[in-house]
Amino acid sequence: MLNLSRAAADGAHFVEEVEKRSGQRLTHCYQCGKCTAGCPLAFSMDLMPHQVIRLVQLGLREEALDNKAVWLCSTCATCSTRCPKNVDLAALMDALRIMARREGRTRKGASTALFNRIFLDSVRRHGRAHELGIGLQHNLRSGKPFKDSDLARGLLVRGRLKFRPSRIKGAAEVARIFAEVKRMEDGQ
Amino acid sequence: MPRTGVFVCWCGSNIGGVVDCPGLAAEAARLPGVVISVDEKYMCSAPGQNKIIEAVREHRLNRVVVASCSPRLHEETFRKVLARAGLNPYLVEMANIREHCTWVHGPEPERARVKALSLIRRAAAKANRLQPLSGSRIPVTRRCLVIGGGIAGLQAALDVADAGHEVVLVEREPTLGGNMAKLDKTFPTLDCSACINTPKMVSAASHPNIRLYTWAEVESLTGYIGNFEAAIRQKARYVDHEKCTGCGICWEKCPTRVPSEFDAGMGDRKAIYIPFPQAVPNKPVIDREHCRYFKTGKCRICQKLCPTGAVDYEQEEETAVEKVGAVVAATGFSLFDWAGAYGEYGYGKYPDVITGLQFERLVNAAGPTGGKVRRPSDGAVPQTVVFVKCVGSRDEAKGRAYCSRICCMYTAKHALQVLEKVPGARVFVFYMDVRTAGKGYEEFYQRAVREGAVYVRGRVSKIYRDGGRLVVKGADTLLGRPVEVDADLVVLATAVEPAAGAAAVVRLLGVNADQDGFFQEAHPKLRPVETHTGGVFLAGACQAPRDIPDTVAQAGGAAAKVAGLLSRPELVTSPMVSSVNEALCSGCLLCVPVCPYRALEAGVITERINHHPARERVVVKVNTGLCQGCGACNAACRSGAVEVRGFTNEQILAELEALCL
Amino acid sequence: MNYTYYAGCSLHATGREFDLSARAVCGRLGIGLAEIPDWNCCGASPAHSTSHLLAVALSARNLALAEAQGAGDIVVPCAACYQRLAVARKELGEDPGLREQVARITGRDYAGRAGVRSLLEVLGGLDTEHLKAQVTRPLGGLKAACYYGCLLVRPPAVTGFDDPEDPRSMDDLVRLAGAEPVPWGYKTECCGAAHGVANEPVTLKLVRDILEVARRAGADCLVCACPLCQNNLDARQEHVNRVFGTDFGLPVLYFTQLLGWAFGLSDRDLGLDKLFVKFRPGV
Repeated sequence: MLNLSRAAADGAHFVEEVEKRSGQRLTHCYQCGKCTAGCPLAFSMDLMPHQVIRLVQLGLREEALDNKAVWLCSTCATCSTRCPKNVDLAALMDALRIMARREGRTRKGASTALFNRIFLDSVRRHGRAHELGIGLQHNLRSGKPFKDSDLARGLLVRGRLKFRPSRIKGAAEVARIFAEVKRMEDGQ
Repeated sequence: MPRTGVFVCWCGSNIGGVVDCPGLAAEAARLPGVVISVDEKYMCSAPGQNKIIEAVREHRLNRVVVASCSPRLHEETFRKVLARAGLNPYLVEMANIREHCTWVHGPEPERARVKALSLIRRAAAKANRLQPLSGSRIPVTRRCLVIGGGIAGLQAALDVADAGHEVVLVEREPTLGGNMAKLDKTFPTLDCSACINTPKMVSAASHPNIRLYTWAEVESLTGYIGNFEAAIRQKARYVDHEKCTGCGICWEKCPTRVPSEFDAGMGDRKAIYIPFPQAVPNKPVIDREHCRYFKTGKCRICQKLCPTGAVDYEQEEETAVEKVGAVVAATGFSLFDWAGAYGEYGYGKYPDVITGLQFERLVNAAGPTGGKVRRPSDGAVPQTVVFVKCVGSRDEAKGRAYCSRICCMYTAKHALQVLEKVPGARVFVFYMDVRTAGKGYEEFYQRAVREGAVYVRGRVSKIYRDGGRLVVKGADTLLGRPVEVDADLVVLATAVEPAAGAAAVVRLLGVNADQDGFFQEAHPKLRPVETHTGGVFLAGACQAPRDIPDTVAQAGGAAAKVAGLLSRPELVTSPMVSSVNEALCSGCLLCVPVCPYRALEAGVITERINHHPARERVVVKVNTGLCQGCGACNAACRSGAVEVRGFTNEQILAELEALCL
Repeated sequence: MNYTYYAGCSLHATGREFDLSARAVCGRLGIGLAEIPDWNCCGASPAHSTSHLLAVALSARNLALAEAQGAGDIVVPCAACYQRLAVARKELGEDPGLREQVARITGRDYAGRAGVRSLLEVLGGLDTEHLKAQVTRPLGGLKAACYYGCLLVRPPAVTGFDDPEDPRSMDDLVRLAGAEPVPWGYKTECCGAAHGVANEPVTLKLVRDILEVARRAGADCLVCACPLCQNNLDARQEHVNRVFGTDFGLPVLYFTQLLGWAFGLSDRDLGLDKLFVKFRPGV
C-alpha cells in the first residue's frame, strides 16, 4: 500500500533535489494531463508523463527514477511548450535521467543508457561523435551485432557514413572538459 | 366581431429553417375571424413590432395572434406592443411554434408544418373569444419582514432599511450573525470574518429603520403581496434586556457547563450565556433545559449576582404581530449530519474526525483553543492533517446529489491555515474535482498547493484508528492506485443543506421547496430572488448552497426587489386571476382547500330572487392579491362558477375544438 | 553577409548532403560561412541526459571558439545542434555563476556576443526578392510537406524565431521555390530519431505516422531541416515498409536541397544523389 504520509516524509529531499536540478516547482503541476495527451512517445511508456510528475510530487523516489518512461522521453519538449502551468517537463525528465544514472537505476532504460554512454565516450575520445562507431559499439554491447546492417550499408554507399572517426585537434581539451565536469559533480 | 391578425415569426432559422412561414401565414389567413396574416424574420424586433402596430391601425384589428416562441419569453413584449397600438394588452394570444414545434420536430418538417398550423388555429380560436382585462389596485404596507439574521438577512435588511423602508428582522438564535459569525477567515482574501460581519450586526441592531427580534421565530404569515401580517413569537429569555447591561457576571458565575452550539461542540458555554463575545444583542438568555434552577428549583446564582436585577425566571414568551408588505426569506443552511450516514468514516466516534465548521472554531482566535490548532482528543498539535471533500455532497447513496459549492474554497483556506499555523505540518486534501468558479478563487487554490497542500484526486473509502493515528484509505486516481495517509486530524467538508426548520418556513410562507428542500426560486435565471408567491423574496443559502460574495449580491438583489415593491403606494395585480360567478356558486367551498395560495375563503352575499325576501348565502370569495391564477379552483368547481380570467371555460373549449375537431 | 558556421557531427556523416547543400545555397545567395575552427560535438541528447554541466560546457567551447573567431553570429543548419547551442547561450547569459563555472571547465569564456541562429531562420529572413531572383528552375507546384520536427521550434523561449505550433518559415521558402506547401498536422511532431539506435521499434512507429499523415495531406515529398529527422525519415523508410507492410516512397530532402534545386544547382552539388528515396521533381 502506498502510504502518502510516509512517502512525503521520506521523499522530501528527493523532491528538493529534483526541483534544484530541473529548476521546476513540482507544485505548479495540477495534473491536467496535457503533457501525456501530446507526448509522441507516451504510447511506448510504462508510466504516463503526468504520472511521472505525480510520483515526484508524492516523493516516490524509487518509482519516479526506476521506470522506462524517463528513458523513452525524447526531450522533444512538446509537453513543456504546451504546459498551461509552464512546467518544463522535458527539463524534469533530464533531471530524473541524471539522477537515475547517478544512482545506478538504469535497468529499465538500459539500451538508451548504453547508447548515451557510448556516444559520450566517442565525443570524449575524438571530440566529435563518430556515428558508425557508436552504432557498432551499441550493437556489440547489446548483443545484436547485425542490427541496422542494411541501413549502415546504404549509408556507406551514399557516402553518408565515415569509417574512421574525425579526431579534432582539441580532443584533449574536450577530454579535459569531461574530466573537469566529473570532478566537480563528484565533489558536490 | 373579432377582427384578428396573425403574425408568423421565423425566429431566424429556428422556425423559418424548418417550416415555410409565408405558407403558414397564407393558410392562417383562411381561419375564422382572421382578417390579415403575415410573416416576419423576427417579430420581437423593432420592425416586427411596428408591423403589428401598423396592421392593427390599417386593418382595424381588435385581436392579435403571434405565432412564435414560448409566451414565457415574449408574451409580455407583445402585450406592450398591443398597448402601443391602442388595444387592451390582454387581447394577444401566442402560438408557440418554436419550443413546441420546430425545435422538437426539426427532422420532420411536413409534420411540423401541420402541427404549427394546428397551434395557430388554436390560438386564433381563443383570440376570437378574448376579453379585455385589467388588474385591480391594492394598497401596500411599506414595511418588510426579513427572516434570518445571518449575512443574507443582515444585508437584505440593511439595504431595504437604507432605501428608507422599515424592516422587521427576525432571528431565532440569541444573536445575529448566523453561520458567518462562526468563521475565522474568509476566502479568497483571508480577511477575518468577524471584521466584516460584526459591524453589519451592529449596524442592523442600531439602524433606526430596523426593528430587531432575536431569540424569536415567525409563527404564521397571512395576507398577500403588499399586505402581510406576521405573528412573531418572542421566546422567553428569562433575562430582562431592558434592565440587563451585559456585564457578564451571570455567565461567569453560572455553575453549569454545556457544549457550545456556537463552537460546534469544540468548546463549552454556560446555562446562562451569550453565544460569543461579539454577540448582538450582547445580553444573555437562559437555556432552560440545562439551567440548574429550572431543573432542580435551586441555584439562582445569576439572579442573586445580577447588579440590575435583570434575571427573571418568570418571564414568558410573547407574540407580536407585524404588518408588512414584503417578506425576505434568509434562513441559511445547516450541515449534513455525516456521523449518521458515514460508518466508513467512523459514525462520529473518533473525536479527531471533525467537520469544516468545527475546524473554523479551532482556528478562530476567539474560539475555544484561542486559535491554536489542537486536536480534540488530547489537545496535541496535529502534524498531519487530512481534508476530505464531498462528504455528503455528490453522494447519491448516502447524502445529496448536488455540489455544495463552498467546500473546495474553504478547504483550500483550511489547508493554508494549517500550513501557516503548524510549521512543518503535512496537509493532504482528497478531492474529486476542485471547483473554483469565482473571482480570485483558482489563484487561491493554487496558492494552497504552492504552500504545500498535497491534493489527491479520489474519494476516501475508510477512516479507522490504529493506535494513536487515524489511517485514511483513499485512492490517487491519477496514478490509479490505492493510497493511505497516517493522520492526526481529519476534517470533513460536509454537505450544505437547507437550515434545520427550513421546511416549516417554506410552509408558513406558502412557497415551494425544490427536491432538496431549498427554497424554490420563480425562475432559475430570470427571477432568481423571487418566489411564485407575490411579495416573498429569497436571499442566500436558503435557495441553494452559496458563498458569502454571492449571498451578499443576492441579498442586495432581493432588497432591490423589495424596495421596488415598497416604493409604490399601490399595486396593480395581474388580471389573470380567478373570478367567481356568484350566481352559479353553490357555496360548497370544495375549491378552498385546493388553493395552494390560500386565496379563497367563504363569504356571504345577500340576494333577492324575484320577489322573495332578501336572504344571505355563502359563496366563495377570491383574494386577488393572493391568487396567482393557477386554475386549481377552476378544475375543482363542480358548478363551473370559478374561472380564471384569460382562461375561461369558453375559451379553453374553443381551443380544444379548434385543435381536435 | 558573413556568419560563423557550425556544421556539427551529423553534417559530416549521415547529414553530409545538408552540409553540401547549405554551403552551395549560401554561396549562391552571397552568404559567407566561416567554419568554427576545430569545433567539437554539441553533446546532443546523451549529454543533457547525463549531466547538465557537461551539456552546457561542450556547447560553450564551441560558442567561445566562434566568438574568438569574431565572424558574427553562428549559423547552424542542424536543428539539434542549433537548439543545444542556443540553450547553452541562453543559460550562460542568464546565470553568471554558471558562466564562470563553465569558463573554469573549458578554459575559455563566452561573453555572449556571438548569437546563435538556425540556417532556416537566416534564409527565411532574407529579402524575398533576392531569393526569388535566384530561382531559375521553379518547382512547378510540387506538393511539399514541411517538417520542422521538435528542436527547431521548441522550447520557444530558446528558439523563438517561428511559431512553435504552426511554424511557417520553411513553408514560405518552399513557396518561393515554386513548390506548394501542403497544410498538415505533423509539422512539429517528434520523429523519435533519438531512439533510432537504442529503441528502434519506437522510432519506426513514429516515422510511419509522419509519413502516413504527410501522404494523406497529398504531399509529394517531405522537406526538413534536421539531419536526424532526414536520416530517420529517409533511410528508414524501406524498413518501415517492411515492418508495417506499407509502400511509402516519399522523398525526404533538406530545405536547402529544395531551394538549391530551384536555384538550378546540380544534384551533385546539393547531394541529391545521396538520398535513399530519389527526388525527381516533374517525373
